[in-house]
Amino acid sequence: MRFMLLFSRQGKLRLQKWYTATAERDKKKMVRELMQMVLARKPKMCSFLEWRDLKIVYKRYASLYFCCAIEEQDNELITLEVIHRFVELLDKYFGSVCELDIIFNFEKAYFILDEFLMGGEIQDTSKKSVLKAIEQADLLQEEDESPRSVLEEMGLA
Amino acid sequence: MSPSVPLQEMIRAIRSARTQCEERGVIQRECAAIRAQFRQADNGGRSHNLAKLLYVHMLGYPAHFGQMECVRMIASPRYSEKRVGYLGAMMLLDEKQDASLLITNSIKNDLSHSNQYVQSLALCTLACMGSAEMCRDLAPEIDRLLRASNSYIKKKAALCAVHIVRKVHELGELFAPAARSLLTEKNHGVLHGAVVLIIELCERNPETLERFRKTVPDLVQIMKGLVLSGYSPEHDVAGISDPFLQVRILRLLRILGHNNEGASDAMNDLLAQVATNTDSTKTVGNAVLYETVLTVLDIKSESGLRVLAVNILGRFLLNNDRNIRYIAMTSLQKIVGTDHNAVQRHRGTIVDCLKDQDASVKRRALELSLALVSATNVRSMMKELLIFLSSCPQELKSHAASGIFNAAERYAPSQRWHIDTILHVLTTAGGDVRDETVPNLIQLITNASELHCYTVHKLYRALLLDISTQSLVQVACWCIGEYGDLLLRGECQETEPVQVTEDDVLDALETVLQSHMSSPATRGFALTATMKLSTRITDNVDRIRSVVSIYGSCIDVELQQRAVEYNALFKKYDHMRAAVLERMPVIEKNSPGHTNGESMGEVKENQASKKPTEPKLLPQPANQVCDLLGLLGGSEETLQPSPSTALGLLTNTPSTAGGNLLDLLGDLEPEPLTPAPLVPVYDKDGVALTLSCEKQSDTAMTVTLTASNSTDSDISSFTLQAAVPKSVKLNMNAPSGDSLPARGAAKVTQMVVLNYQNKVNLKMKIRISYSSRGSTFQDTVQIDTFPGL
Repeated sequence: MRFMLLFSRQGKLRLQKWYTATAERDKKKMVRELMQMVLARKPKMCSFLEWRDLKIVYKRYASLYFCCAIEEQDNELITLEVIHRFVELLDKYFGSVCELDIIFNFEKAYFILDEFLMGGEIQDTSKKSVLKAIEQADLLQEEDESPRSVLEEMGLA
Repeated sequence: MSPSVPLQEMIRAIRSARTQCEERGVIQRECAAIRAQFRQADNGGRSHNLAKLLYVHMLGYPAHFGQMECVRMIASPRYSEKRVGYLGAMMLLDEKQDASLLITNSIKNDLSHSNQYVQSLALCTLACMGSAEMCRDLAPEIDRLLRASNSYIKKKAALCAVHIVRKVHELGELFAPAARSLLTEKNHGVLHGAVVLIIELCERNPETLERFRKTVPDLVQIMKGLVLSGYSPEHDVAGISDPFLQVRILRLLRILGHNNEGASDAMNDLLAQVATNTDSTKTVGNAVLYETVLTVLDIKSESGLRVLAVNILGRFLLNNDRNIRYIAMTSLQKIVGTDHNAVQRHRGTIVDCLKDQDASVKRRALELSLALVSATNVRSMMKELLIFLSSCPQELKSHAASGIFNAAERYAPSQRWHIDTILHVLTTAGGDVRDETVPNLIQLITNASELHCYTVHKLYRALLLDISTQSLVQVACWCIGEYGDLLLRGECQETEPVQVTEDDVLDALETVLQSHMSSPATRGFALTATMKLSTRITDNVDRIRSVVSIYGSCIDVELQQRAVEYNALFKKYDHMRAAVLERMPVIEKNSPGHTNGESMGEVKENQASKKPTEPKLLPQPANQVCDLLGLLGGSEETLQPSPSTALGLLTNTPSTAGGNLLDLLGDLEPEPLTPAPLVPVYDKDGVALTLSCEKQSDTAMTVTLTASNSTDSDISSFTLQAAVPKSVKLNMNAPSGDSLPARGAAKVTQMVVLNYQNKVNLKMKIRISYSSRGSTFQDTVQIDTFPGL
């Protein structure tokens, strides 16, 4: 996978993950182009597009478009499954995820994505183990943060 | 995990801004606050600050001042700060920034951290934005992690290694042994990562590919386990056990089995099993089947298996899901060359897909349909394709049109059908066809002599309906001009007769001439056609005369020139008009000069010009040759300025009388090579010069001069100079040398290229100069006749 984008029906970017080194200006241009192309598609159309030398796989979940760019030899159908798996993870984590969750907790969406995919490839094919890992990392973060506040409360910080 | 309150407040504030301006204001304030906080000493909110900055960055605002903060946070001992720091690094730093190198050390330390989640952050960041230097630095660490850590880290290390190999190809060798051993792991995540890594290594290095071929049996085992195993809740997706891993293994098998009999045999049974046992009711099953089909078609599989694969694709074509149909066509496209008959069986379904609503599906169907046209099905396929052309989306029109033309050319069952098809395409999509279509069609029409009447009737009717499609109008004008008499005769076997008067025809042509929609080229066609009709009609010649004289003052220079010439054809050269404007002979295909109708217009004028110019070319003073002495030195005389006749023309016409179009259009067919005769032209004092000629075309010739020395002493500084009459152009190539050793031990050759119009005038004077025995010699010789000419 070259990159993944999440954007709303109004064309607002909610998440972008690039797996190849690209200049900032080029990124912006590509995002604009792709958003235009995907947003112009009608509801029952094919989920696959050809764009430049890449294949674009996109799927709409409620008000968000999940859009991945894969290479010529990659399997489009399994990419649809990858997107679906990511949505399932978000859903499990946030509990019935909606766009607002992703807006207000964008950094967590990134953490989940980084636990699920690395370099564009799946890290673990088991949903359970990905969720467990994120849970553990969150606990670690809380442990890190809470002692502080206790000390502060005691006036010893 | 508790949400970051400061971050959420900021997000709320930004979202509540009602205008872009307001939003910018909020963001500027926030960025100023963030910057101030960065400068302060360590406080509790560092991670929140950076998170805020990252949000602002995602909205598209500049955030480069956060780069150093990322570096600092990554180095912090606190996990929460590391987490956001690494995220910031992945978003703000890329390998092009200098700051990215600063985190190399932090990453190195974190890779050996006691806590696996910290290690995970480092691995993830390295795999996302690691530059080539960072990769080189840290590769040994990654290799260590691949071998000795828990499965959580191993799977991440494998994917990190994939990134490293993509950045620095040579490091693939480093990871190969570790990758091999990872295949024995049970953990699916590790297996998946290992397979991805092996795929990457094999794609980059053919030797590594050879070594990994031995793993085929192991991979087959793993796959069998997945396919035949019972329900495994952890990895199950809609009844398929770990489809992601299955797809990956299939891909690796494809690479290993490609072009290798042994490996392909080993996986045959497995592939058959997967193809038959996988449930295809859901997308995920189809994903696995798709990968299986791709693998079967790419390795040396046995024919039964191939048939099975193509049948799966056939089933996909009938699937309700548009996505499945799309990929079925993509795959069929890949094999239409090799398994043509198998794909032909599904032709009906493919043609139906031409009518699909979706543009992607349409495009695929078009490609495949064009590939499936053959001599047997050309009529029905073409019907479908023409229907498609009339309703296809704009971006596909030109591709479709050229595809149809190619197919029609290859498989046309009859000339009439071919002409009809091209006309149909021009009427539906004439604006999108390529430029060569017009001359190609004209050439086709001239070749179909029995259909001239039919063609001109059809084109005339098309012209009456619509004059906006330039290509169609151009062909129509040409035909009407050429075969107007057939049109006026009224009767035609192939189509219903229609009464057309001379005025009607001239009206049609005038409409084209005057319309704003007509391009200058089209108007040229129309004017020429009008002119041609002057010999084919009887009553309205005056009308034509007046049209032609009106355009004599047209602003468009092209039209004006033509009109003036035609005017002259009416006045001064009226006696030649009939000959000039008579029917064109059949045009041969592959004539190189055949670009568009305009050149043919010029050709006719040239034909006319030949007669008046010939008398002028002949009386060239025969004593021009005597001028040569003063002009020695490889003179390049310019062509005699073309005699400006009333017709004002080019003079590159060789004087072949009659309508030999091929020569006029510069046909460069070289004459059969007979061994060029060597003619001695000079022999004095032991120095001999021979000449041989080779004709390149009617207007060019290469002359080779060979000099030899039969005296007893060596000759040095041997040079040849040549001069030719003014009407001939001369080009001397460099001589092979300038010394002639004694007794003919070696020769000197020199090539001269001559370009001329008139063979009659071809003469050459050569001056020979050389030094021998300390003194210089000079001589001249004139060549009046050239052998082989």
